[in-house]
Amino acid sequence: MENLNLFIRSIFVDNMIFAYFLGMCSFLAVSKNVKTAFGLGVAVCFVLIIALPVTWCINHFILEPGALSWLGEEYADADLSFLGLIMFISVIAALVQIVEMAIEKYSPALYSSLGIFLPLIAVNCAILGAVLFMQQRDFSNAWTATVYGAGSGIGWLLAITCLAAIRERLTYSQIPAPLRGIGITFIITGLMGIAFMSFLGIKL
Amino acid sequence: MNINKNLLPLINPLSKDNPVIVQVLGICSALAVTAKLEPAVVMTISVTAVLALANVIISLLRNTIPTSIRIIVQLVVVAALVVIVDQVLKAYTYDVSKALSVFIGLIITNCIIMGRLEAFAMSNRPWPAFLDGIGNGLGYGIILIIVAFFRELLGSGTLFGFQVVPQWCYEHGYQNNGMMILPPMALITVACIIWVHRSHNKDLQE
Repeated sequence: MENLNLFIRSIFVDNMIFAYFLGMCSFLAVSKNVKTAFGLGVAVCFVLIIALPVTWCINHFILEPGALSWLGEEYADADLSFLGLIMFISVIAALVQIVEMAIEKYSPALYSSLGIFLPLIAVNCAILGAVLFMQQRDFSNAWTATVYGAGSGIGWLLAITCLAAIRERLTYSQIPAPLRGIGITFIITGLMGIAFMSFLGIKL
Repeated sequence: MNINKNLLPLINPLSKDNPVIVQVLGICSALAVTAKLEPAVVMTISVTAVLALANVIISLLRNTIPTSIRIIVQLVVVAALVVIVDQVLKAYTYDVSKALSVFIGLIITNCIIMGRLEAFAMSNRPWPAFLDGIGNGLGYGIILIIVAFFRELLGSGTLFGFQVVPQWCYEHGYQNNGMMILPPMALITVACIIWVHRSHNKDLQE
């Protein structure tokens, strides 16, 4: 039950884009049509679902103060938490490399339409952000971390697909020249954020 | 205008080539830390420091980095610098560091840094790269500070935590606009800045 609650909350209430602005750069740049946006969303989801349990284990068994006690008595008071950022970003970069190779092999069409943004998932703030929130919230086991990753990923996927659908429609609207392109996208994202705030306080 | 050509990397990012509103990089942190002025200023200083140093280091190493693994090398250099900034902030300004929470760590994935490393530092000598880093850091900071100024002034009636809107305004029915504190208004504020900026720079319009 608790996990289901966390899952729903991380999709709607703590949405990566609308509540924390994470992964904004690729969110704005790749949302020109629904198909590419959906592909990128799925890739981000996938990386999040794998990255969170892996980094949870690293954090729990290596980095936390006292986490090394399974090695023996003399390591019990070691505190490696300052290494967190470097460890996390390397794990994420390696995972992204694997996902990239998999997509290149199984779906060359998606691979060529994602272009430069596929390797850039490594520096997508949504991934590192979710990992850092996971560390901050101190989840009790790897399963909870996976649920949180899946929720955040689906929330991100939902947001980018919605925005892409709206932007496809926008081509037919008359927008003041200075706002065309990136300006109006910001405003739409803001309005969508206000809409998402109506989910605030949702509880199961 | 007659500006020394060597200073162009420093001047351009301030307006014509601004990283946030023209190149659309580094949006995440620009929006998330701008509810108050103080974290916005701290964030500006941290990003500028990391960006300038990372630019210089990558520029020094540019001939020895193999192209195929350059992203990892860049990430490691940036991550090491961010860890230093993080520890310094924790030691000297603990409250601000708490308020910025994960966003200091997220400097690693700030697209401005990766973008400038790829686009400038990999192909230029250290001194221009250093200027480029400072320039882009400040260009990012200007937007951050403008957004934070309006959000804090309209949202809480304070600047840097000092009361600015006088008491008699509240007695005559003035209300703080609580909406400005919430995340969506940051996006709309940036959109207004883009609007003003592009009305003055017609060649940027799409």
